[in-house]
Amino acid sequence: MSTLGESFVTAGGLVLAGDPQLLGIVALSLQVSLTAVFLASCIGLPIGAAVAVGRFPGRKPLTVILNGLMGLPPVVIGLLVYLLLSRAGPLGSFGLLFTPTAMVIAQVVLITPIVAALSRQIVADAWRDYEEQLRSLGASTPRAAFTLLVDTRFSLSTAVLAGLGRAVAEVGAVMIVGGNIDGVTRVMTTSIALETSKGDLPLALALGFILIAIVLLLNALAHAVREWAVRRYG
Amino acid sequence: MADALLTLDALRYDAGDRTLIRDVSLRIEAGRRTLILGPNGAGKSVLMRLMHGLIEPSAGRILWNGGSGRPAQAMVFQRPIMLRRSVLENVIYALDLAGVPSAARRARALDVLERVGLTALADRPARVLSGGEQQRAALARAWALRPRVLFLDEPTASLDPGAAAEVERLIRVIADEGCSIVMVTHHLGQARRLADDVVFVDAGRITEHTPVAEFFASPRSAEAGNYLRGELSWT
Repeated sequence: MSTLGESFVTAGGLVLAGDPQLLGIVALSLQVSLTAVFLASCIGLPIGAAVAVGRFPGRKPLTVILNGLMGLPPVVIGLLVYLLLSRAGPLGSFGLLFTPTAMVIAQVVLITPIVAALSRQIVADAWRDYEEQLRSLGASTPRAAFTLLVDTRFSLSTAVLAGLGRAVAEVGAVMIVGGNIDGVTRVMTTSIALETSKGDLPLALALGFILIAIVLLLNALAHAVREWAVRRYG
Repeated sequence: MADALLTLDALRYDAGDRTLIRDVSLRIEAGRRTLILGPNGAGKSVLMRLMHGLIEPSAGRILWNGGSGRPAQAMVFQRPIMLRRSVLENVIYALDLAGVPSAARRARALDVLERVGLTALADRPARVLSGGEQQRAALARAWALRPRVLFLDEPTASLDPGAAAEVERLIRVIADEGCSIVMVTHHLGQARRLADDVVFVDAGRITEHTPVAEFFASPRSAEAGNYLRGELSWT
């Protein structure tokens, strides 16, 4: 129990002191994960909408695969991206391994299926309501998919947030492709893993509390925006 | 005989192993207000969706103007599906899909919203309007397309009497501009008020297609007679 109490105090102290090293770690965490979420949304949302609205052979297996890929193990993705980016790998010449870019790539692979699978479900539900009206108005399939993405934007924020939650909280992939290099690729989760293995449990736990606080804050913010928007636009 | 606006020729529609529409042939003349009546599950809505092209017939043919081309048409559904944007944007969206040049859309949308009495609500998010206002917006969206045929599937079924009367009035105005009306209703009073002709559908078949006065005075088919007696005993 004393560890818990101690780490609360440590966490508070770290935040209040505005320790530049901590701020750097938090900033890199957010930078990597937000970039990954942005890219994953650019890829995943159109895929989700296309699978929801499109009529093409293989749509059902694709849906099953997308849903299944939501549970990709981060360590394995980390390993695969590591192999791709390592000196001897096919993308080795870019020299990306152990850089924040490599971490972004791994997280994009990890969360694109989450964004795609959740948005597919949301858009498919809306499509049931909208289909006849949109087809009556003469909307092509791509146009209908785009319209639905715009119209379900408030619900889709949940899919994007789920991706962000996964990205900011995962440790396996960023550890392997980033290497947890102090000041370069060290993020919150890799710091927690490091401090834990060093035996500094209070510091590890303090970092954990800060991480949880950030995730809660982001979700609360998104929730508030969504509530306001739904009240405004119905 | 001149070509009818819409000719259905031996139409059949199967859903799985059930036949919902069987051997339906029908001629609808331009400029008429045709109301489709019939009991629940008779296939009225399916028939209308076949006419509008939302679903493909399993057999038979649908001919517009004797096969010389599908006229501009629109459909209003029982429950209006409004996009999450302003009323004006909803109408503009439909005009965009119809290929109306962007410079002309706004004026045309505002004009039609004025005609349905929604000018004051044009910039309001469409989803927060009342049911009656949303249905008027849906009518405006359809009307803006300048259809030659307007399909309506029980457009007043979930509206209060005041809102329903307003929708009926608008349908009459649209018809008076020369637009043909094809409408499904359960409301006999509404059919009496709006129809030129009545098409009676029972168990996937058309049992009769008669002028409205004749339909209510002496229906030709036994099914329609039973339906009228059953319905009237409730009014």
